[in-house]
Amino acid sequence: MSDPAQTAPRPRRSLLQTDAGTRRRNAAERRFRTYGAAAILTAMAALAVLMFTVFRDGASAFVQARATIPVVIAADVVDPQGNRDPAEMAKILTMSYSRLLDQALTREIARSGIQVGGLTQRDITGFLSAQARADLRRAVLADPSLVGQEIEWRMMTSSRVDAMLKGRITREMAARDARTSVAQYDLAMALRDRGVVRAGFNWRFITAPDGSDSRPEAAGLGVAILGSFYMMLIVLVLALPIGVAASIWLEEFAPKNRLTDVIEVNISNLAAVPSIVFGILGLAAFINFVGLPRSAPIVGGLVLTLMTLPTIIISTRAALKAVPPSIRDAALGVGASRMQTVFHHVLPLAMPGVLTGTILGLAQALGETAPLMLIGMVAFVTTYPSAPPQGLFDPASALPVQIYNWTQRADPAFFERASGAIIVLLAFLLAMNLIAIWLRRKFERRW
Amino acid sequence: MSPLTTLIIILGLAGLGYLLGRRRAVALVAGDTRQLHSRPAYHGWLVALLAALPPLGLLVLGGLAGPLIPGATHGAGALLAPAAALLALAGLGVGLARISPGFRARNAVERVIGLLLILCSLIAIATTLGIVLSLVFESASFFRLYPWHEFLFGTEWTPRFGGGSKLGMLPLLWGTLYISFIALLVAVPIGLFAAIYMSEYASRRVRAVAKPAIEVLAGIPTIVYGLFALVTVGPLIRDWLAQPLGLGDSGASVATAGLVMGIMLIPFVSSLSDDIINAVPQSLRDGALGLGSTPSETIRHVVIPAALPGIVGAVLLAASRAIGETMIVVLGAGAMARISGNPFEAMTTITVKIVGQLTGDNDFNSPETLVAFALGLTLFVMTLGLNVLALYIVRKYREQYE
Repeated sequence: MSDPAQTAPRPRRSLLQTDAGTRRRNAAERRFRTYGAAAILTAMAALAVLMFTVFRDGASAFVQARATIPVVIAADVVDPQGNRDPAEMAKILTMSYSRLLDQALTREIARSGIQVGGLTQRDITGFLSAQARADLRRAVLADPSLVGQEIEWRMMTSSRVDAMLKGRITREMAARDARTSVAQYDLAMALRDRGVVRAGFNWRFITAPDGSDSRPEAAGLGVAILGSFYMMLIVLVLALPIGVAASIWLEEFAPKNRLTDVIEVNISNLAAVPSIVFGILGLAAFINFVGLPRSAPIVGGLVLTLMTLPTIIISTRAALKAVPPSIRDAALGVGASRMQTVFHHVLPLAMPGVLTGTILGLAQALGETAPLMLIGMVAFVTTYPSAPPQGLFDPASALPVQIYNWTQRADPAFFERASGAIIVLLAFLLAMNLIAIWLRRKFERRW
Repeated sequence: MSPLTTLIIILGLAGLGYLLGRRRAVALVAGDTRQLHSRPAYHGWLVALLAALPPLGLLVLGGLAGPLIPGATHGAGALLAPAAALLALAGLGVGLARISPGFRARNAVERVIGLLLILCSLIAIATTLGIVLSLVFESASFFRLYPWHEFLFGTEWTPRFGGGSKLGMLPLLWGTLYISFIALLVAVPIGLFAAIYMSEYASRRVRAVAKPAIEVLAGIPTIVYGLFALVTVGPLIRDWLAQPLGLGDSGASVATAGLVMGIMLIPFVSSLSDDIINAVPQSLRDGALGLGSTPSETIRHVVIPAALPGIVGAVLLAASRAIGETMIVVLGAGAMARISGNPFEAMTTITVKIVGQLTGDNDFNSPETLVAFALGLTLFVMTLGLNVLALYIVRKYREQYE
């Protein structure tokens, strides 16, 4: 830069001794590296905290405290006519069965000699789940011969007692909460110590339909899982063939012209359209215009199909592009038509990549919430949709929407349910991703 | 006839057509298939396609056109299914009649399949059209009920289903932009530094762990992030930042939603930046290193400036994601429409209000419901604009090195 003759006498330098400038630059280098490492650590820490909180909050949803006590199905309560006619007995409402359960629990307390001061009737009624009476009534109506007998009956405790046994509600909290009491807490502990109340794996959480606001312990994911499954089925049946067909045309046949350009631009733009806009499309086009029913898996499936199509097309095109031209040349060389070349040679070779992309697209669709909320899937659905094809038009829920639904309920027990549902959702996603990775490993071919 | 029975009948006829066509082609040449132009299976396929496609097209068109014709009663819909079945039968007959040894069945089949492929590609255009049309039409009916300038420039959002509601978009737009800004403030530095570290410094082993971990972050559904904001991050920010500073006591806040959305965007920014940084030619790095720069100097003075347009594009794409994100803001940002600078207050966004106005019972003649479509149109235009701009910048940058 400047004339060497004019510079001041050069300072003595040694390669073994770093001068101040080099030290500064090395320090800057180290700092920069640290920023990079810190960024990665931050991202991984965020992932770790996220996973930790989900599992901390949600794991207990898979466990449910149940009480096993002998219940006398008193004939004068459930069958006042005495003729064991299920039609007559169906007139007896659930509230009467509640009395049976209360009596049974009181007897059980007396029999095991538990002394709890200040136990009120409300504590006893509130000890067992409101679902327990309904279950008992259903069992009696299904089998009228139970009337008049004493049966060992296993039933869910209420969500608050469940929370006491899980340690989420402590004795102090029970004293402060108006809906529980210290006496109820002591009763729960005493019954647990005697083995009357036991925690077990909660299958109901996975298979049962949603429960109402007042009985979180009965709420399950059955309808949501089934609804999500139906939608994934529709997405698979529609998006895979359409996506593959579109990719084949764009990658193998499309001439370079205006139309092709327009399609390409459309696909890349659709991939970036917010998912909620697809929900608006579903509401305006499929429900209001075509007249399909609200909260039906068919509408959700169609919306998610349109949403995942760009993903599938992009990955399928990459898979087709990865098949070397020599394959095509060889097929054309022995007299195959272009169509035969693609369908007999290129597509089979690209299939592992296509399937991997499709599974990842499905995984994306499975976790999508916002568009489904707009097409009415937030509705409270407690009946399972029937088998397809009719079931595709029945109201259903979906896993992510069910999670949202539960976060909107007042009872804190629903937060546990929501976190538990997230574990189920993540388990499905993990399984799908593992299948995709396995497919890629097993069939991947290097040319 | 239910649609399903019709479908089964049509597909059954198509299957029958395949078998009959194949057999007839073989029979015509007395078993010597060398005399046929096309192999027998192609003759069968053509008959099957002729039997299946026209009635299926009729059913789809009929289903779509039904709502369009004002006078169409249920009877017209009932006529559709028998008509389709008849059409399938006719196609079967025509297909069988056309078979002859010299008939180029393969070429015909391939032409039909080619058309089907094009049709599938056009679905992308149809989807875009569907989105634009549904947004524009419903927005138009909204603007007939509510003045557009009050929607665009109104600063008050108070929907009342009794009438006399104020539907100004500005508070929602402010909340959207504020939250997106905070999200980018979190995601861009972390994502960018993660990408730089991964592509320039990390050893193979570090990359083998860090890259999948960050990709997992990308695969987590947004509802999970939403619950994370609601249950964990919101109370944390409220108890440790907002309340000690005396800035608010709401769990749902701009800061909560922004922070969680930032975490969600990290993998997005980092994978895009990773591609862009890797696309910078190695010769540029070698030149800088050869002149005595340290690696960080090379990155700061050579790699980043060379990759800058691409990085800007990536940031714009991330911004478009942030603006359109729904579940995190529904659960983490609150529902209060207000314009305020305090990041610890609850605010609301366009997407939250779209969900709010369109879930539950809707009256599609009231401005309170229809406003969601106008909000959707705003959202669509904003994200589309950002995407087009980002793609333009990225494409322009690519031209420099190729």
